[in-house]
Amino acid sequence: MYSQKVMECFMNPQNVGEIENADGVGTVGNPKCGDIMKIYLQIEDNIIRDAKFKTFGCGAAIATSAMLTQMIKGKSIEEAMKVTNKAVADALDGLPPVKMHCSCLAEEALKAALWNYAERNGITIEGLTPPANHHEEDHAAAAEEN
Amino acid sequence: MIYLDHAATTPVKPEVLEAMLPYFTEHYGNPSSVYKIAQRNKKAIDDARAVVAGHLGAQPNEIFFTSGGTEADNWAIKGIAAALKEKGNHVITTNIEHHAVLHPCQYLEKQGYEVTYLEVNADGLVSAEQVEAAIRPETILITIMYANNEIGTIMPIAEIGAVAKKHGITFHTDAVQAVGQLPIDVRAQNIDLLSLSGHKFYGPKGTGALYIRRGLKLPPLLHGGGQERSRRAGTENVPGIVGLATALDLAYQDLEAKNAKLKALRDYLIDGIEARIPYCRLNGHREARLPNNVNVSFEFIEGESLLLLLDMEGIAASSGSACTSGSLDPSHVLLALGLPYEQAHGSIRFTLGENNTREEMDVVLAKLPPFVEKLRSMSPLYEDFVRQNS
Repeated sequence: MYSQKVMECFMNPQNVGEIENADGVGTVGNPKCGDIMKIYLQIEDNIIRDAKFKTFGCGAAIATSAMLTQMIKGKSIEEAMKVTNKAVADALDGLPPVKMHCSCLAEEALKAALWNYAERNGITIEGLTPPANHHEEDHAAAAEEN
Repeated sequence: MIYLDHAATTPVKPEVLEAMLPYFTEHYGNPSSVYKIAQRNKKAIDDARAVVAGHLGAQPNEIFFTSGGTEADNWAIKGIAAALKEKGNHVITTNIEHHAVLHPCQYLEKQGYEVTYLEVNADGLVSAEQVEAAIRPETILITIMYANNEIGTIMPIAEIGAVAKKHGITFHTDAVQAVGQLPIDVRAQNIDLLSLSGHKFYGPKGTGALYIRRGLKLPPLLHGGGQERSRRAGTENVPGIVGLATALDLAYQDLEAKNAKLKALRDYLIDGIEARIPYCRLNGHREARLPNNVNVSFEFIEGESLLLLLDMEGIAASSGSACTSGSLDPSHVLLALGLPYEQAHGSIRFTLGENNTREEMDVVLAKLPPFVEKLRSMSPLYEDFVRQNS
């Protein structure tokens, strides 16, 4: 059901862990849905120097977290803002339809971590809105589609 | 491969396949035809019916072959509701039934029936007292599973049957997980309707049966020819019926010895997991459970990811996690036990079979702890837990 890329990313995930004194931390998801994603960012001179994650969730959730952190490392905040859930899913050679919400969660976790960074530093990141937990709505929509 | 998902399905035994094969080719006659090659098939069905009846303590004319457990459940529940709608509109069931019972009940609710979903206790059991307390003058059906497919708990079926009999209410049991594993006597247990499925006991998929107590008025499921005494029309699945009966016969051979072996393996696995992995819990009653069922929640991790790691090592199991099924909520059975969502998502079911060995359990017990550890090291829930407890 998963692509080989997803399985590779799941079996040997890059960037698992915490960053001490991270510049931005974002947690999204909830236990009800079975996915919780936490992303830590280290940001210097507007560049994401390091990104790590911790995820409670299925194989797709872990793989998307790992892929997302790989994709944003070394990018400027503006570039990272352009990493969409679709880009993460594409980088994994696609996800099964019922798992697309995992990629949404990864994008939301990144945005939540960036929001946290912006708040701490009193700055505004263009296009960034406060994190809201849309995850349950995504689930409800996905459930209806099934 | 180490196959530990026998509650999902079982392989067809070679003897079963061998018994079935001639009925695809040389014995192809339609059992309803008059010539000899057809009559042989009619006899094969009659023999199969007698075998199934014998193992349930029923009479052959009380056994009706179906396409499986789901069909039998639907027939029993919707059929009784329709037959007794003048008498009442209330059905009693539990909140941990298989979807093949829950969804017909929900369908009935949409038709104006009322359904009481008895809540199981933390061990996954309901009591006969609970059933009796839920009975109303308009109750027409009690449908309670014999043994649960996820957590393996065995309901007090004889006691519930006695309550049903005392109040004159029809009693159906979905015995799909029990038939072939537990001795059953529909007379002694006062069961009026019982569903079973062939592929759960090393028979073919697409086969099942409904036991209907003689004299019970259940409308036909399929209208058509005169097959199954005109209550389930359609040319019989002769190879399937032969396969089901052959498999059932084999399942009940040396049952005690087989169950003693399964129970020992089951308990070895449960004890081994509990000894090696902290923060886990066995779901379902420890003793009142099927000889082959192990269901464990591992805290702080999600079931599907653990299943994937096990699968990479050739170990096949299943999970109560939403993520394995395509639905998005975790198992209703585990939630009914009172498990918090994250623990319901973190459960794994191992269901053993006749061919599993102690060596295989040792492999599982060796692989499992590092996998759980690996996933916990990735889990924000575990991170929080460690922080709070350090």
